[in-house]
Amino acid sequence: MSKQQVSTRINGEETDFLCFPEQTMLEVLRDTLRLTGTKEGCGTGDCGACSILLDGTLVCACLMFAAESDGREVTTIEGIASGSDLHPLQQKFLDHAALQCGVCTPGFIVASKALLDEDPEPDEESIRYWLAGNLCRCTGYDKIVRAVQDAAAELRAHPAK
Amino acid sequence: MSDAPQFKYVGTRPVRPDGVDKVTGRATFGADFTLPGMLFGVVLRSPHAHARIRSIDVSAALAIEGVLAVVTGDDFPEVEDDVEMGGEGEGSIKDLADNVMARKKALYHGHAVAAVAATSLKKARAALDAIKVDYEVLTPVMGLDEAMAEDAPLLDEALMTQGLSEPATKPSNIASRMVMGRGDVEQGFKDADVVLEGTYNTPTVHQGYIEPHACLATVNEGGQATVWCCTQGSFEVRLYCANVCGLGLGSIRVIPSEIGGGFGGKTTVYIEPVAIMLSKQAGRPVKMSMTREEVFRASGPASAARSKIKIGAKRDGTITAMQASIAYEAGAYAGSPMGPGCMSVFASYNVPNLAIEGFDVLVNKPKVAAYRAPGAPQSMYACECLITELAEKLEIDPIKLRLKNAADEGDQAPYGPTWGPIGLKQCLEAAKTHPNYQVELKEGQGRGLAVGFWFNIGFQSSAEVHVNGDGSVTVIEGNPDIGGSRASMAIMAAEELGIPYENIRVQIGDTDHTGYTMVTGGSRTTFATGMAVIEASRDVISQAKARVAKIWQVDAEMVEWSNGHAVPKAGMNVDQAPMSFAEIVAKTASSGALIGRASLNARGAGPGFSVNFCDVEVDKRTGKVDVLRFTAIQDAGRAIHPSYVEGQLQGGAVQGIGWALNEEYVFDAEGVQQNAGFLDYRIPVASDMPMIDTQIIEVPNPAHPYGVRGVGETPIVAPLAATANAVADATGVRIRDLPLSPPNVLAALDAV
Amino acid sequence: MNISNGDFRYIAPSSVEDALHALAPAADDGVRRQVLAGGTDLIVQLRSVDPGPRTIVDIKSLPETNEIAISDDEVFIGGAVSAATITHHRDLKDVLPGLVESTYLIGSTQIQGRATLVGNLCNASPAGDTIPALIANQASCDIRGPDGARRLAVESFVLGVQKNALQPGEFVVGVRMPRPSTYTSDAYLRFIPRTEMDIAVASAGVSIRLDESGVCRDARVAIGAVAPTALLVPAAAEALIGSKIDEASLTAAGQACTQAARAISDKRGTVEYRKKVVAVLCERAAGIAAERASNR
Repeated sequence: MSKQQVSTRINGEETDFLCFPEQTMLEVLRDTLRLTGTKEGCGTGDCGACSILLDGTLVCACLMFAAESDGREVTTIEGIASGSDLHPLQQKFLDHAALQCGVCTPGFIVASKALLDEDPEPDEESIRYWLAGNLCRCTGYDKIVRAVQDAAAELRAHPAK
Repeated sequence: MSDAPQFKYVGTRPVRPDGVDKVTGRATFGADFTLPGMLFGVVLRSPHAHARIRSIDVSAALAIEGVLAVVTGDDFPEVEDDVEMGGEGEGSIKDLADNVMARKKALYHGHAVAAVAATSLKKARAALDAIKVDYEVLTPVMGLDEAMAEDAPLLDEALMTQGLSEPATKPSNIASRMVMGRGDVEQGFKDADVVLEGTYNTPTVHQGYIEPHACLATVNEGGQATVWCCTQGSFEVRLYCANVCGLGLGSIRVIPSEIGGGFGGKTTVYIEPVAIMLSKQAGRPVKMSMTREEVFRASGPASAARSKIKIGAKRDGTITAMQASIAYEAGAYAGSPMGPGCMSVFASYNVPNLAIEGFDVLVNKPKVAAYRAPGAPQSMYACECLITELAEKLEIDPIKLRLKNAADEGDQAPYGPTWGPIGLKQCLEAAKTHPNYQVELKEGQGRGLAVGFWFNIGFQSSAEVHVNGDGSVTVIEGNPDIGGSRASMAIMAAEELGIPYENIRVQIGDTDHTGYTMVTGGSRTTFATGMAVIEASRDVISQAKARVAKIWQVDAEMVEWSNGHAVPKAGMNVDQAPMSFAEIVAKTASSGALIGRASLNARGAGPGFSVNFCDVEVDKRTGKVDVLRFTAIQDAGRAIHPSYVEGQLQGGAVQGIGWALNEEYVFDAEGVQQNAGFLDYRIPVASDMPMIDTQIIEVPNPAHPYGVRGVGETPIVAPLAATANAVADATGVRIRDLPLSPPNVLAALDAV
Repeated sequence: MNISNGDFRYIAPSSVEDALHALAPAADDGVRRQVLAGGTDLIVQLRSVDPGPRTIVDIKSLPETNEIAISDDEVFIGGAVSAATITHHRDLKDVLPGLVESTYLIGSTQIQGRATLVGNLCNASPAGDTIPALIANQASCDIRGPDGARRLAVESFVLGVQKNALQPGEFVVGVRMPRPSTYTSDAYLRFIPRTEMDIAVASAGVSIRLDESGVCRDARVAIGAVAPTALLVPAAAEALIGSKIDEASLTAAGQACTQAARAISDKRGTVEYRKKVVAVLCERAAGIAAERASNR
């Protein structure tokens, strides 16, 4: 019963960690690497609270083995802001009061970033369907959708961000 | 309105003080804490919905390497007296203790029967498999009809129904019955031109917060316990843990984490006392987190209910009598929200003759917990559907009918008090003229409207205002911030102190660091704790003025507070430059730190009324209901931070729509929940919903300095009936039992 | 990459041969071997049904399983191609819109990033979205195993609830199906109570070939979530063939689906409901497929 080494890049930083073969990426992020911004809401891929990017693709960290990240690039909520500058999505979530309890927020921001990376001008319906895998029980989604729309507009106006 | 108060900060929409931490992943929630040497605790849960526990053998589990503690009901102290839970909880602490860890009987599938702490989660789970429980399996009682039947199997063989006109002579599953009313309903129905009756069922639903219950407990060798957990009320956790674990209040410190939703479901305890007992036995910190499946099977849920309603009215729409008989499932132990449900059912209407009867009924489901306006969505769903049916029968516009009978200031509420200023009529008028109400509907579409109500509460809160050396301020209060309340507290402090919002930090104190503050619930936080923050701010100002008076060598009344500064009273002959907090603190260091305090019992929480209307489209071949538009109008008294008020209206609306359309616990014949996960317990997802349009009405509550009344709970009440009324309008078929899921809707349409 | 924990092992071979080697059943070693593609079913089952140790063979690093190939007469989709890759593939969308729709319906955006079409097939859920769409398109599985390669029609591959025809040591390299000709197209519809995130309560995949005058010359109708496996419903196809896909033929096809359904009542729907709705889905999917076919 031995752990083995996985070499990956997390939020731009080369990261090596030891894990058991059956450990999920979520367990390693939270328990081994202490990156607790990625949340566990269900552990079965139904809530999106553990959304991360794997080589830029949006996935649930609870539905992949940590070993699968070997040689890959992982982005978590902790890697969305650049230095001391919030990402426009983060700022717009704040401006629009798009969070109440805030536990789903990291997942929503990571998922929304994946959307805007792919489609800089999504309409309301595309945003709602893209985010259908992210559950929020507090906001009724209204302000989240508006924050994403506004962040998209901001990113289109200032693509450098 | 020239006499309206002028505010500088109240009514603005600044970024919440804790916002950056919550969008960057820094904020620490219940499961985010760790301690060195920490063990992992897990719970063995009953595989039967109803069973007598003959014996439990934990020896094999204890023998596993790495297993450092195992507890069962025998390890917990007996709770002698029936202590009422207080807070938002209904029931007794003795029952709470039994719910935390079963003693003689397992009363629902998922009921905790033992727990283990081990050095890894894997070992802890393996140890659960090694615990042998000998059960005598009993017949489960899974619904109101079964539970209330003459020869029903009994959950509690000693339970005698309270509140009957004659004392009960034999045990039953009905824990209690209540009656209330006024006037003469029989006469009222005789005086009516039209009498309508209907029976409405609502299913067991869950609060559905996204963060599962989680805690970390450590008990030191001196018996001092520290608990980190996600809760709506750290002082309630302390009280309940003290009683369940047999500790003094002074021996427990509860540190609330950020909380990932609660909606009433985190006002009680499940794993916290277990973690304390495990830690005590192991001598190490113990962390416990529920899985999502455990959350569904063993926390929450909200009561299923059956409401039988009868309404009599004159041809002109004047309601002459209203009668209700409402049975609520309590789950495994007494304590459904029967009381508030019965008190709220007819609260929106001023009717002379009322008779209301309620039943609190035990079934083999998890003990219910508070869920946003506990009891009211179920009963008012029934009332608001039948009112709409009455409007159709009388051919009166549904808003007009409601306006004709609406409760108003000076009327007597069904539960006794006389209404102060309330905003029901204003909400109805606003609905009538709302642009969404004018939208023309197409074939296959329908519109429904309903009224919502919640009492709102006040009670005990504490706050401190600390002035820092640079003039910035730290506010410390005791309500976990579940939806932006730090922002509201900072706004109110800024308004009082006259300093910029950005200069105020708000911290949530733990049970050792702030004064007693009741749970974040009952829609009380902005009202009651807000009042404490205002009072503590006024206290610090008065102390600051006294200090300045000394410096200026004048009487204290010669100093006033204006725009964040002490200034000489206008018209007095005092020639002094205004002094800021920073200057005052610097010049009065010899007097010690400048701290304002308040602890109060807030009275006069203003009741909250709402009006919701909803447009739907129904696919008549599949029974699927699509919500096209939803409008939530509510009286907030005064919106301190309007964005977070809107957020409450929107979130409550979507929870209510979920309750109406697809949410329900599905049990098999053995009483095992079949849909204990977010895949098949269907809360609304983003693509299910339209934007939720809101309109805030402000009828100030005279009991609060700014007019605040609670807003958090009322929003979930009206959506059930608004949605159901819309479906009835779209299809021409009235379906009285929720949920209006596609199979249920199609079956009803095909039955016509 | 080769990680083990007691009896738990994770292996990510880079060739079909290495994968076969890793999957090869040793005489009596007692080791469970399981193929990992997207993992969105496997990890959930590991967590909630059976956490027992096993050797997990990740097939995502094989060139063959990552391939999408569209030739003049055939379409091939590799076993590790994710749903997201399929739904973003313009040519595939153009050629097999119904199959792409069925893939798009598997789970959320997050699930799409991992889940594979072939994994959805191998999981053999009665409600698997891609299975009726694959059957409607006459798809077959490319299977590799210790005894070489074999092909098996999808309707023969799925044997029962979560039961497929793979023998020990075998895995599905990919699925292939004829490229639809002129005036041929497909559609897939499922019914779920919400707009997303649910498992099909009933579903229908339809492929239709029209002639120049718009008369249906060939059709295949497959239905899902109304029996232990997805069902090919020849009677429904017969009702469509020879018609101009008018109301009468659509109704008859729908009725044939209702007849063919062997539904159960469970937490997702009742027998009556499933039987009614599968007809509606067949009618609507056939209508869409015919509309698409007429534009091709």
